[in-house]
Amino acid sequence: MKLTIEVNNNKIYAEPGDTILDALNRHGISVPTLCHMKGFFPTGACRMCVVEVEGRRNLVTACSEPVVNGMKIKTHSSRVIESRKTIVELLLSNHPDDCLYCERNGSCELQKLSEDLHVRERRISGNKNKYKLDVSSPSLVRDPAKCILCGRCVRVCEEVQNVSSIGFVGRGNKTFIDTMFNHGLNLSTCVNCGQCIMVCPTGALKEQPHIAEIKKNLNDPSKVVIVQHAPAISVSLAEELGFKPGQNIVGLMNAALRRIGFDYVFDTSFSADLTIMEEATELIHRVTNGGVLPMITSCCPGWIKYAEEFSHDLLPNLSTCKSPQQMMGAIIKSYFAEIEGIPKENIYSVSIMPCTAKKFEQQREEMTQNGISDVDAVLTTRELARLIRLHGIDVHKLEPELADSPLGTRSSAGKIFGSSGGVMEAAIRSAHYFITGKEMVKFQVKAVRGLEGRKEATVQIGDLEVGVAVVSGLKNAEDLLQEIRNGRKDLHFIEIMACPGGCINGGGQPIGTTEEAVKARMATLYDIDEKDAIKVSHKNPYIIELYDKFLGKPLGHRSHDLLHTHYQKREVY
Amino acid sequence: MKEQVHEILNGYPAAANDSLIPILQQIQDKLGFLSEEAVIEVGKHLHMPASKIFGVATFYNQFRFTQPGKYHIQVCRGTACHVLGSATVLEEIEKQLKVKAGQTTRDKMFSLEVVACIGACGLAPVISINGEFHAKLTAESIQNILQEYRNKEELS
Repeated sequence: MKLTIEVNNNKIYAEPGDTILDALNRHGISVPTLCHMKGFFPTGACRMCVVEVEGRRNLVTACSEPVVNGMKIKTHSSRVIESRKTIVELLLSNHPDDCLYCERNGSCELQKLSEDLHVRERRISGNKNKYKLDVSSPSLVRDPAKCILCGRCVRVCEEVQNVSSIGFVGRGNKTFIDTMFNHGLNLSTCVNCGQCIMVCPTGALKEQPHIAEIKKNLNDPSKVVIVQHAPAISVSLAEELGFKPGQNIVGLMNAALRRIGFDYVFDTSFSADLTIMEEATELIHRVTNGGVLPMITSCCPGWIKYAEEFSHDLLPNLSTCKSPQQMMGAIIKSYFAEIEGIPKENIYSVSIMPCTAKKFEQQREEMTQNGISDVDAVLTTRELARLIRLHGIDVHKLEPELADSPLGTRSSAGKIFGSSGGVMEAAIRSAHYFITGKEMVKFQVKAVRGLEGRKEATVQIGDLEVGVAVVSGLKNAEDLLQEIRNGRKDLHFIEIMACPGGCINGGGQPIGTTEEAVKARMATLYDIDEKDAIKVSHKNPYIIELYDKFLGKPLGHRSHDLLHTHYQKREVY
Repeated sequence: MKEQVHEILNGYPAAANDSLIPILQQIQDKLGFLSEEAVIEVGKHLHMPASKIFGVATFYNQFRFTQPGKYHIQVCRGTACHVLGSATVLEEIEKQLKVKAGQTTRDKMFSLEVVACIGACGLAPVISINGEFHAKLTAESIQNILQEYRNKEELS
């Protein structure tokens, strides 16, 4: 049964169970929101979405009020607009007026609300609390002065990621968001995933910037500056540069990176192929030798830190493979340095990642060889766009270019790493070949594709029935791990990504990423896979060459030194 | 300290979130404040993130996070005391002790706390030191009172 309601004197239909906001949005009527997040239980805390409902004395929050048949609503009456405007004016009353210097200038929701509601003067002047900038984390920077206490970061951290490293502290106008005992993010349980940045309406949360250091090295003639870009970058950078969401601009990006001054441009999808060679071999090794199962992927540094903190009982289940970023870093400073005759001290290795946790991973002690870091700096997708704009490069006028050899050629199996389920699918394809000696008839493993938080399948590889599960979002991961602790035995291999949907929805992606954009990025990745000739990692000719000339065989001695790592239990609360 | 906390937690075997505040109160009664260690232990016991417990505890004025001094000073900031100048009283004590409200002096002798009203409006402005009231304060009398406590300490 449909409900009929009257909005601004027009009749519209609503579904039973709709909130007022759901019904309005479905009919193209937009009401501003701040604390509201799609898919979360509404709190009605910020009161930005208030509307007038006939017969009700007070204004009603549209996000939390269920629709009732015959309801008469005014969404933009002068009373409503005045009320919303006052809320914004109050939020601005203790806000630092430094929009021109702010990271989020142009992408700030507070700025937009203030523009939309015609706030043109400071009517209310409030006391400004003094806060310390939290720069303790290798990945994130928190500026509580810019925080408007919408609580979205707190909710994402708790409800999506099950981490709860931040919470509301204090009371009244002294309330702010902080970690336990104000110790800062670095000493908290924070896994550096950056999902809080993605939901922050203002500049209160941002990534730890690496641009300045990269610029210094680009200008240093003694340095060979090498860049690698992750599989998810070429399909998400597009929006930042004025293309349609999800468009693959890998060729243009390669060209832009060369114009910025990078000496070599490599594709992390190559080392994703390398990861698959090692990881699929490791899986087979564990299955045939009675190793610890289920094996869990180790590509995602957010998940790794979560495991070290909350799931250290399952650390033996983690694959020992480094992530593609770190494998590429290690190969650049060993194999590539050797064949090109570049001393590895002179190499400055940059990676472009959809991820803030990669900035943490890059600084891990385990990710060094004799004191030299595998990777020296990490840029997020957002930072790359900033760097391109800084150099005045009009990407639309460039001709596409190929990445450099030999670490720039990939199979499409490496490319789909960018999406949740991609690592699993790529690993299954190669494992099938390694076990049976034959390629799969159809390469697609459709059951592990899509945006759902958990996907499970049973895959037949020869005589072996392999149980696999793919989860994204650490709360979903925790639920699955709990089942395993409770004795679930049917799974052999689990892929875990911290960010919902995988890297295409990572914490380093463009601000304002919508679900549609994530879907478009995912569709493009699978479209690339559909059209590519080489669909399996073990057929990548440069991977074969790398093993022939340098590594020997997967899980061999050199692989062990360069491409595998170990984990440590972390005592944080 | 950990043992004292566990002793309290043992009194709440199958506790859920709603036991949080009583537990915190009991810990504060025992230890005089909520230590970081105590918050972590409570978190483990209730399966709650420590950041959340810290958030709840900071919401209430009753909880302290630093060890109280030997002499705990409560400055009344209720209406009557306010009218008769308790803001100056607080300022004077902060100046004399070189600590802010909520802190403890380095020698662990005095700690300072602001309270809403201690129900002695006739004595305003009033402070309480370890439960002993000092009435109708002025800047000079504050200095004398603090000196008395210091002298007492030196004698003992």
